[in-house]
Amino acid sequence: MANIPLEAGLGLAVVLFVIGLTGVLVRRNIVFILLSIEIMLNACGLAFVAVGSYLNQPDGQVMYFFILTMAAAEVAVGLGLVMQMYKKFNTLDTNAINRMRG
Amino acid sequence: MNITFYICAIIAIASTLMVITSVNVVHALLYFIVSLLAVGVIFFVLGAPFAGALIIIINAGAIMVLFVFVIMMLNLGPHTSRQERNWLSPRVWIGPAILSTVLIVELVYALISQAGKTAASEVVSAKQVGIALFGPYLLAVELTSILLLAGLLGAYHLGRRDSDNGEAKH
Repeated sequence: MANIPLEAGLGLAVVLFVIGLTGVLVRRNIVFILLSIEIMLNACGLAFVAVGSYLNQPDGQVMYFFILTMAAAEVAVGLGLVMQMYKKFNTLDTNAINRMRG
Repeated sequence: MNITFYICAIIAIASTLMVITSVNVVHALLYFIVSLLAVGVIFFVLGAPFAGALIIIINAGAIMVLFVFVIMMLNLGPHTSRQERNWLSPRVWIGPAILSTVLIVELVYALISQAGKTAASEVVSAKQVGIALFGPYLLAVELTSILLLAGLLGAYHLGRRDSDNGEAKH
């Protein structure tokens, strides 16, 4: 098997996480924000798997399984909200929903 | 094998950057699928074939198809990418980019300061993961199924059409 340094795997996870965070901060389209959240969740999963394979334990992959399930549920509800938002405001701009009352 | 990891890491980082900088949602989705496949290969290289299969089947398969369906339903025209291009002026992204660069330097420094560990000395097979999932983590798996049920109900409730008198009620 390959001898990849642990910090290389964790470093990739960190880079992907920060890219996702930048996406959340920069973009105003809600679909892009959801995609960036997916990127961040995926980066967390990568960190779990890297440490799990460093320790030779299955727990990292188990945690990745849970993160994936959570991401799936989150995306289903989030995209439902996006559909409702587009129906009501006819835009995907997050500035259109900055008030509590529609 | 090492070179596979580094090539896939570069592909993942580049395509993820393209995700957050592209103005068309469908292009961003395609780049994100490339990024997910690269991370999947990294999982295989790291000796985690179960996670690698999961990311390709569920993340690149199911979740991205969900995104594509929603974008097809929203039926966005070319004016949205023009609007996106206007929103992506340097005035908007320069502040978060600087903050993120500081964060990444800090985190990478924290990683490098304790170097010298090797990941992926051997493969953790799907059988071991299954034994762990249905042994010590059994309760968490059951809770996960409840979470999925809640997500299903929430998506059904939010996604249904207000056909006759739904608009007047809220």
